Amino acid sequence: MPDYNVTHLNQLESEAIFVLRETAAQFEKPVLLFSGGKDSIVMIHLARKAFWPARIPFPLLHIDTGHNFRETTDYRDNLASDIGAKLVVGSVQKAIDEGRVLEEKSQNASRNALQIQTLLDSLEEGQYDAALGGGRRDEEKARAKERFFSHRDEFGQWDPKNQRPELWNIFNGRMTAGEHFRVFPLSNWTEMDVWQYMKRENIPLPSLYFAHEREVVIRNGTMLAVSEFVQPREGEAIETRRVRFRTMGDATITGAVDSNADTMDLIIEEVAAAIETERGNRADDKRSESAMEDRKKQGYF
Amino acid sequence: MTTGEKSAVRGYLDMDLLRFTTAGSVDDGKSTLIGRLLYDSKAIFKDQLEAIEKTSEQRGDENMNLALLTDGLRAEREQGITIDVAYRYFATPRRKFIIADTPGHIQYTRNMVTGASTANLAIVLVDARKGVIEQTCRHSFIANLLRIQHVVIAINKMDLVEWSEERFEEIKEEFRRFASRLGNIVDVTFIPISALKGDNVVDKSENMPWYQGPSLLYHLETVYIGSDENHVSARFPVQWVIRPHSDEYHDFRGYAGRIGGGVFKPGDDIIVHPSGFGAKIKAIHTMDGELQEAFAPLSTTITLDREIDISRGDMIVKANNPPEVGQDIEAMVCWFSDKPLNGRGRFILRHTTKETKAIIRDVKYKVDINTLHKIEDDLEFRRNDIGRVSLRTAAPLVYDSYKVNRTSGSFILVDPFSNETMGAAMII
Repeated sequence: MPDYNVTHLNQLESEAIFVLRETAAQFEKPVLLFSGGKDSIVMIHLARKAFWPARIPFPLLHIDTGHNFRETTDYRDNLASDIGAKLVVGSVQKAIDEGRVLEEKSQNASRNALQIQTLLDSLEEGQYDAALGGGRRDEEKARAKERFFSHRDEFGQWDPKNQRPELWNIFNGRMTAGEHFRVFPLSNWTEMDVWQYMKRENIPLPSLYFAHEREVVIRNGTMLAVSEFVQPREGEAIETRRVRFRTMGDATITGAVDSNADTMDLIIEEVAAAIETERGNRADDKRSESAMEDRKKQGYF
Repeated sequence: MTTGEKSAVRGYLDMDLLRFTTAGSVDDGKSTLIGRLLYDSKAIFKDQLEAIEKTSEQRGDENMNLALLTDGLRAEREQGITIDVAYRYFATPRRKFIIADTPGHIQYTRNMVTGASTANLAIVLVDARKGVIEQTCRHSFIANLLRIQHVVIAINKMDLVEWSEERFEEIKEEFRRFASRLGNIVDVTFIPISALKGDNVVDKSENMPWYQGPSLLYHLETVYIGSDENHVSARFPVQWVIRPHSDEYHDFRGYAGRIGGGVFKPGDDIIVHPSGFGAKIKAIHTMDGELQEAFAPLSTTITLDREIDISRGDMIVKANNPPEVGQDIEAMVCWFSDKPLNGRGRFILRHTTKETKAIIRDVKYKVDINTLHKIEDDLEFRRNDIGRVSLRTAAPLVYDSYKVNRTSGSFILVDPFSNETMGAAMII
C-alpha cells in the first residue's frame, strides 16, 4: 500500500491555495493586503503557486502609516515589480492631511487606529469586494474566532457574534452591494508553521527579521528602533543592542527583541523556545483585554 | 535544549497534522483538559498566562480560569460561556494539532457540527461519577453523523471515583451498549484521565497502574490517520481555469482544484461531469515542477490531452467508482438559522465548487439527538435541529454518499435574500 501521508506544511499549503483560488473565483475584484511582514510575504508566495503559470489575478494593497522601516518599503517595491503585480498604496499621511482622520495627540499616540479609515477608504475607492489578509488564528484570542471568509457590512464592521458557519471546505462569499469580505488563507497556520514554511521554500525576507546591531530606546517596556519617527524623550537613553523584529508594523509601535538569531535555523530555534507570543511586544494590543476585538469590529485587518 | 526544540528545525519536514474536536459543557473539565494539553506542550505563552491571571483576578475567580484562553470574545468572557467554535493550535515533535473547541450544550449543536466537519478525531468527555448521559449520547451521535474516523471516550475525574478500574469498565460497557445503536464508529478508544491532576493526559498515571493503554497525548500523537482520506474514488472538483495568455504558456489551459479523493496520474483516462466528455491527463503541474501522482487533499493543476469545455463547478473523475449524477438528493440536514424551515423552502445550494438553486421538497423526520429517536410529528426545523430531507436541484450534482466521501458528499444551503448560511447537509 503506497503512503499517502501528507505533511502538515503540505496540508496547510494546499488549504491556503484552495482559499486563494476560491477568493479569485467567488469575488469580482479581490485585493491582497500587503504589509511587508512575513505573513503577507508568505501569502504572495502562495498566491504565485495558486495561479502559476499565470500571474496573480489581483493587485496588492499596502496601507502605509508613513512610519515605515526603509527596509520594508524597499522590499515591497522590489517584490511587486518581480512578480509583475500592481501595487496600490493607501496613505494614512494623506488621510491626515486631507482631514479625514485626526491624529492622536497623547504621548503614546499611534497611527494604528487611523489605518482603519484609510483601509476602508482604499477598499471603497478601488471597489474591492474581498481583501486577502495574512491574519492567523493563533496570533490573538479575538482572531481565534475569525472565519476564513469573514463578512463585513457596508460600514466595514465585523459582527463576531453573528458569523457565518464554515463547514468542510465550503465557503459562502455571497453578499449584497457595498459589503465586503476579509479572507484569511493562513487562518490555521502558527508562527512556527510560517517560519518552517519560509525555510522549506527558501523565501527571502526583509533584513529586519534577522539579528543586527541597532540603536534603540526602551519605552513602556517596548524596545523601539531610533529613527526619524522615534527620538529619545527625556529620561530615555539610546542604547545599541543586537536585536531583531518578530513583526513588521508601524515603526513607532513595533518592538524589537534581543536576539542573536541571524539565520533562518536560529530564528526557528528561537521561536520554539520563545516564552511570549509574537504580538506580546505590540503596544497596540496592550491597551485593553479586548483591544484587538474592538479594532477588528471597526474594520481593522 | 530539549528534543522538542531541536526537532523544530530538523524534524518538521515529516510532521503530520491531526485535527480534533472537543465538545463539553461548563463543568465537565473540557477547558482544564485543553489548558493542560496546551500548557504541557508549551503552546501557552507567558504573556497569555499573565493576561489570564489578570482577568481571573479581576473577575474574582478562585483559580486561574483556563477557559479564558479559548473564550476570545468579550461577550464570551462576560457571560462565562463559549458561544462559538474556537480553534487552538499546538505541536509536539511528532505532530501538529488543530483543536476545534466547541460548547457542548444542546443549543450549540450547530457549533459542534461545524467543529466536527473537519476533524479526524473527536474527544468525548465523560464524567466518571455520572457515566454515560444525554450529553455523551449527543456528542457521539454528532461524531458519527459527521463521519469522524476516530473517537476517544475520555473518562474524566477518575480522582473523584478513587481511580476505580471497576467504574471505568462499567462506563465502557454502558457506552458500548449505547454505541451499538449508532452504527459504525470506526475506531473507539477509552482512556481514564484526571484533567485536573494531569493523570493520563500527557504522562501515564501512577494512580491507575491497572490501565495498560496510552496517555491521551500519546494516543493523539500516534493514532494512524493515513487512511482517513478516500484514496479509491478519484474526484477533482474544478475550482478555477488557469489561462496565462503569456508567450511562454500561450496555449496553456490548466484546471485548478483541490483533489477530493483518489489518485490522479499523467496518462489516466478521465471523465468530466456533468458533460460526460472523456480525455487523458497530460500533466499535473505545480510551480515547483510536474508531479507523477497527486492525491487528496493536495491543491494542484491538471492539463488534458485535448480541448474540451470545462469550467468551475465541473468534476473530473476516473472511470472506476463513478460518482452519482442527479437532481434528486436525500440528505441529513443540520439547521443553523434563526429562521425556521417550514416544509418547502428555496435556497442556493453550494456543493464542492458548484452553486445551484435547490428546493426542499419533503422533510422525512427529525432526530432527537439525546435519545436517537425519530421525531415524525413535528417537522419544523428550528436552529440546531437535525433530520432527513429530500431536495431537488436546478442543475445536476456530481456527488457521493457522505459515508464514502466527505468532500463530494456535503453541501450547504444559503438564503438567496439574506445570503446567510442556513444549514449544512450530508448526502445519504
